[in-house]
Amino acid sequence: MIRIENLSKSFTLHNQGGTVIPVMAGAVLSVEPGVCVGLTGQSGSGKSTLMRMVYGNYLTAGGRLVVGALDVASAEPRQIIALRRHTLGYVSQFLRVVPRVPTLDVVAEPLLVLGTPASEARARAAGLLRRLNIPERLWALSPTTFSGGEQQRVNIARGFAHAYPVLLLDEPTASLDAANREIVLTLIEEAKARGAAILGIFHDEGARLRVCDRLVDVTAFTPGLAA
Amino acid sequence: MSDDTQSGAYTFAYLDEQTKRMIRRAILKALAIPGYQVPFASREMPMPYGWGTGGVQVTAACLTPEDRLKVIDQGADDTTNAVSIRRFFQRTAGVATTEATMDATIIQTRHRIPETPLTEGQILVYQVPIPEPLRFLEPRETETRKMHELEEYGLMHVKLYEDIARHGQIATSYAYPVKVEGHYVMDPSPIPKFDNPKLSGNPATQLFGAGREQRIYALPPWTDVVSLDFDDHPFETSKAPHDCDLCGAKDSYLDEVITDDEGGRMFVCSDTDFCAGRRAEGHEGRLGGDQKSSKTFANSFEGIWPATAGAR
Amino acid sequence: MTIMDRIATTHEPLLRVDGLTKHYGPRIGCADVSFDLYPGEVLGIVGESGSGKSTLLSCLAGHQHTDTGRIAYDGRDVLAMSETERRRLGRTDWAYVHQNPRDGLRMGVSAGGNVGERLMAVGARHYGDIRSKAADWLGRVEIASDRIDDRPSAFSGGMQQRLQIARNLVTSPRLVFMDEPTGGLDVSVQARLLDLLRGLVRDLGLSVVIVTHDLAVVRLLAHRLMVMKAGKVVEQGLTDQVLDDPQHAYTQLLVSSILQV
Repeated sequence: MIRIENLSKSFTLHNQGGTVIPVMAGAVLSVEPGVCVGLTGQSGSGKSTLMRMVYGNYLTAGGRLVVGALDVASAEPRQIIALRRHTLGYVSQFLRVVPRVPTLDVVAEPLLVLGTPASEARARAAGLLRRLNIPERLWALSPTTFSGGEQQRVNIARGFAHAYPVLLLDEPTASLDAANREIVLTLIEEAKARGAAILGIFHDEGARLRVCDRLVDVTAFTPGLAA
Repeated sequence: MSDDTQSGAYTFAYLDEQTKRMIRRAILKALAIPGYQVPFASREMPMPYGWGTGGVQVTAACLTPEDRLKVIDQGADDTTNAVSIRRFFQRTAGVATTEATMDATIIQTRHRIPETPLTEGQILVYQVPIPEPLRFLEPRETETRKMHELEEYGLMHVKLYEDIARHGQIATSYAYPVKVEGHYVMDPSPIPKFDNPKLSGNPATQLFGAGREQRIYALPPWTDVVSLDFDDHPFETSKAPHDCDLCGAKDSYLDEVITDDEGGRMFVCSDTDFCAGRRAEGHEGRLGGDQKSSKTFANSFEGIWPATAGAR
Repeated sequence: MTIMDRIATTHEPLLRVDGLTKHYGPRIGCADVSFDLYPGEVLGIVGESGSGKSTLLSCLAGHQHTDTGRIAYDGRDVLAMSETERRRLGRTDWAYVHQNPRDGLRMGVSAGGNVGERLMAVGARHYGDIRSKAADWLGRVEIASDRIDDRPSAFSGGMQQRLQIARNLVTSPRLVFMDEPTGGLDVSVQARLLDLLRGLVRDLGLSVVIVTHDLAVVRLLAHRLMVMKAGKVVEQGLTDQVLDDPQHAYTQLLVSSILQV
């Protein structure tokens, strides 16, 4: 479901003398349905950069990056929008939502944009929030007021609301207590079982060992760091 | 030129021939495009704006020495405004005048259409204060012209909507907007909506003159005129729920007249000629067949309160 | 079939702009602007004051004369249309939300009348229907139904803006132009309006061109982003991509200049 060939990336800082910073070269990787691949490498080696490129959030400088049937590296914005709606889910470390929107609607939104009837979407959202131990009295409030751990779980619920065939997980278990960590890992295992291809970053080694089928060290793709 | 001058004091009907020709051109254009407001170069008249300068100019442009002129104000031949305009044309054109609707060839009116049905060949000239029906909702002249051009009349219904929202019904009771021949929305001048049905399919030629606003518009004979309304709030005429106290008419438009300071009142035909005609035929109302004009009768009650003494 | 399915199966752009150019005398208003807008898409246009974004919007909406270029709406050449057709489009398929609600509302007409006007403009003649539709739309923009007969002058700025949106959307337009719709509003009111707009875009499948200088607004509202400078488009792409990985020097400057809360 994800196929990456010879992918490269650099940043050009126009306002700092046009400095060009190469951050990735020759990246190769693939993720099949039902498989979870973990990205490893020291901080700054480009794990999140690679993840963001897969999501279409960063442009690529060269190479191929195919998600499902779409080459993200050369796709039109609207193709990427459609890909994100139907195929590609992303649980980032940050929750970016319109302030004042109730948590229940934040979680239901990925389903609503797909045209799911509101009642059905909210029921699914409620199920996930309940499972992730977000107290029901908070559902009507905006998650912007929540603690870090609660925001993280809302983000996860949102990422799992729709059964995306491809999932990107950026530190999904960070800042979670043991019980909630267990629930998230179970959610990941369920997604794998239904055939989702998952690309993840896990600093939590136990989690990595439990859900990842393969590990890819991105240091190998980092210019100047590669051995 | 000198042929037209009757006594040497005035050009026939006061206005010079060039001006009358200019006004006639505007009238012809207005007749060719029913309901469309034709601009014209309105002249200063020897009377203030608001006293019918537009109507007077239109009448002046239409008058011939053979015409018989009737002038009414609120239906009455004998109120100040009517009397002064009638005298104006007697002096400047020397035309015959009449109070009988059926005898007149030209009738200048303020705020009424006579009760007696008009006939082919007659001309009814309306005095118009504000010709633009969209004015109170859209102050920009450029925009209202564009709206007329493109028949964008949603705004007109907004006005009626506001009426119903506020009063539970269309409370506009005079200057009620109409649509002419399926195109132009027109202000019929401040006639009561009771008179609106008479606008449509009328055998007479109806001309509208607005002096201050410099516009002339017209309804040629037999023009189709529809009062705007909603499906669930259809246009309805209205009048005081009484019969005329002088002539007993059940279907004429009535004025309410206060007769004393103890709540006494009477209802009389606003059309004095119509009322007098009925009484001459022997019809009698609640207060009997007084042979005075209804307005004169009403006026005789003025002066009961000092504050109204001398009021027009 | 849901709106989203309908949109997904549409492969023709709703609005196609090609080489649009507008000069003010010797000065450039906007130059050589091209883009496609598909059903259900929100396009954000950002740039500093004088960058040409408002000029572009008013040319698109037909409020200003365009010098050269082509605008095709639903396959029809907009610039070749008669004024009658264009104005008809302006009160049926298109809507325009002004920055200042006073420019988009009739301040002397009740809230219900404001919303009802577009219905009456396209021929609605049943008072009861017009009123219930107006009430329904007031509800959708969260204005209490007992305010239906109040004039907008009695409303707060945020309510006026929501009323303007209701007035514009009541005839189910397909294309909405918005000029800084959240400008001049309190931050909390802004958030409520953003949520409302997102919901309406989603539920009605609206296509929107929104001009703003507020990058936070476009991040939350726009699918795609166009960055303008000195009348020209310097960069366009997916909104989050343009904001997170800007390619042009000006965009980088713009993004790095945002104050963090």
